[in-house]
Amino acid sequence: MLACADLLTLPAAALLAAPELAEPPAAASSAGAQLDFVSMLFVFMLATFIGIGVIRRVSRLLHTPLMSLTNAISAIAVVGSIIVAGGEHYPLHIRLMGAVALFASMTNIISGFLITDRMLKMFKTEQGGKP
Amino acid sequence: MNWVASLVEPAYLFAAGLFVLSLHWLSDPKLARRGVRAGVLAMLVAVLATWARPEVSHHTDIARHLWVIIPILLAIWPGVWLANIPLTAVPQRTALSHAFGGLAAGLVGTAKYFYWFQDHPDQLTPFRMTAIVLEIILGYLTFTGSIIAAGKLQEVKWIPQRPWVYKGQNFVNLVAFGAAVVLGCLIIFMPDRSWSPWAYGAIVFLALNFGWMLVMPIGGADMPTVIAILNAYAGLAAVAMGFVLDNKLLITAGALDGSSGLILSIIMCKAMNRSFSNVLFGAFGQVQAKAAGGEQKAYKPDTPENAAAMMEQASLVVVVPGYGMAVAQAQHKVRELYDQLKKRGVTVKFAIHPVAGRMPGHMNVLLAESEIPYTDLIEMDDINPDMPQCDVCLVLGANDVVNPAARFDKTSPIFGMPIIDADRAKTIFAVKRSKNPGFAGIDNELYFLDKTFMLFGDAKAVVGELVKNLSSGSGMH
Repeated sequence: MLACADLLTLPAAALLAAPELAEPPAAASSAGAQLDFVSMLFVFMLATFIGIGVIRRVSRLLHTPLMSLTNAISAIAVVGSIIVAGGEHYPLHIRLMGAVALFASMTNIISGFLITDRMLKMFKTEQGGKP
Repeated sequence: MNWVASLVEPAYLFAAGLFVLSLHWLSDPKLARRGVRAGVLAMLVAVLATWARPEVSHHTDIARHLWVIIPILLAIWPGVWLANIPLTAVPQRTALSHAFGGLAAGLVGTAKYFYWFQDHPDQLTPFRMTAIVLEIILGYLTFTGSIIAAGKLQEVKWIPQRPWVYKGQNFVNLVAFGAAVVLGCLIIFMPDRSWSPWAYGAIVFLALNFGWMLVMPIGGADMPTVIAILNAYAGLAAVAMGFVLDNKLLITAGALDGSSGLILSIIMCKAMNRSFSNVLFGAFGQVQAKAAGGEQKAYKPDTPENAAAMMEQASLVVVVPGYGMAVAQAQHKVRELYDQLKKRGVTVKFAIHPVAGRMPGHMNVLLAESEIPYTDLIEMDDINPDMPQCDVCLVLGANDVVNPAARFDKTSPIFGMPIIDADRAKTIFAVKRSKNPGFAGIDNELYFLDKTFMLFGDAKAVVGELVKNLSSGSGMH
């Protein structure tokens, strides 16, 4: 009975202690940054595994469209480009780099998706019918 | 407008999920177009969510928004133009888009570094600097490397087609790369000194040079692998950008692209029985010299009339397409041949080697363009067991992928490479542009077998002749 009660109070104690762990304000920002870095690594690792799993199953017929589709997807660099081109306090030369990057990634997005669809439209079965 | 800002991260999460689904739907040709639609939607959500971020949307000054709107509008024309090129030029377009991706990553990394350097040096933590250094090295080397790759594929005059090699090349490349890494380590821990921007510039310079030096020694036959590797680099550059900007959507999408490039390059390497390092540092050209000097054997030329007559009698014809078909733009004539033979009850299949052409899946796209049903495009491993039943095998602009030397000749540079068993067919007709050896400069044993007959000429012209002979014969029906 006693041991059982101990077990029950343990999580509560941990919860109470938790705010204190994150307390020291000076160290908080760097510890937070470090934690965030680790969580980014987590995302990277898991996304890589998912990517490998999904792409292994892509039909070999479609490897060229796969490449142009991933081209378009990796043009997600557009997010960074918009932040730099349109962000708040940037001086002109920085904005200019952002604008060129935005142009480059937007070109990839448009041409990547359009040509993938154009190629996929051509893959037909005997009946000529698209399902 | 606070609620808009709070929607940004959920929107990114939604987009990341859609990107995964988009690739998932490519597993089946029937669902593949749904994958494109999912990708477009995800990208639209990502762009709008970024625009809605407080630091971008909060200023009411329209001029600021023009910095976003104008580049997007300018990108429409080149984007649409690049999407409507002839399909034989798809490998170049792909290489070029890797170059754009690398450039974007490099520029964003550079812009961020100089902004932080001037205004917020405290933001340049070692973690972030590591990500920035990786981002610019990968970004800029992908940029110049892909431009050279695109130039080689487009066969522009100022880039040599043959591998460009000199003594001590690998040493020079390694020194350049090593110097970039050393400077990178310095700048990671001392990003805010007065000399740091100079070190940064030197890394950019070295990465730009490393890119083209890496691709120049690589020949056309290795291009499928190189394109796949550059694909992975472009993805990893986007991942690094995600680390720099603390953005998990960038990391996810970049990792998807990176793993795609990785898998494709592994498939390409396996299909050529070579390792990564061998492709990147081995310079295919060097091995050729000794292979070229064998005794001259005699070809047995034949006429399209005879070939057409043989095919008409066959019950199974297997066509092995290669880069020669792409160069000659012969795919539409091939479709006519397919129709003529089908009309006579002949079964026609296409045997597709993973590295046929200049990029992964190149032949499939060209044949699909000419409206040949994809159910008749058969992968190497699936068609090989049927080859002994094949009455006529038509080798159309393919060379190394049907060279039996890969099976037994240990001195051959392509020894161990899996091939399509064209030599096990009952009769072989090989279409060849000239009597010179193929791209890799290796003599092909297949051409000298008793049952092999050569049809010399441009692939399109020869197939056109075959079709003409078949259709004039069909007048009797």
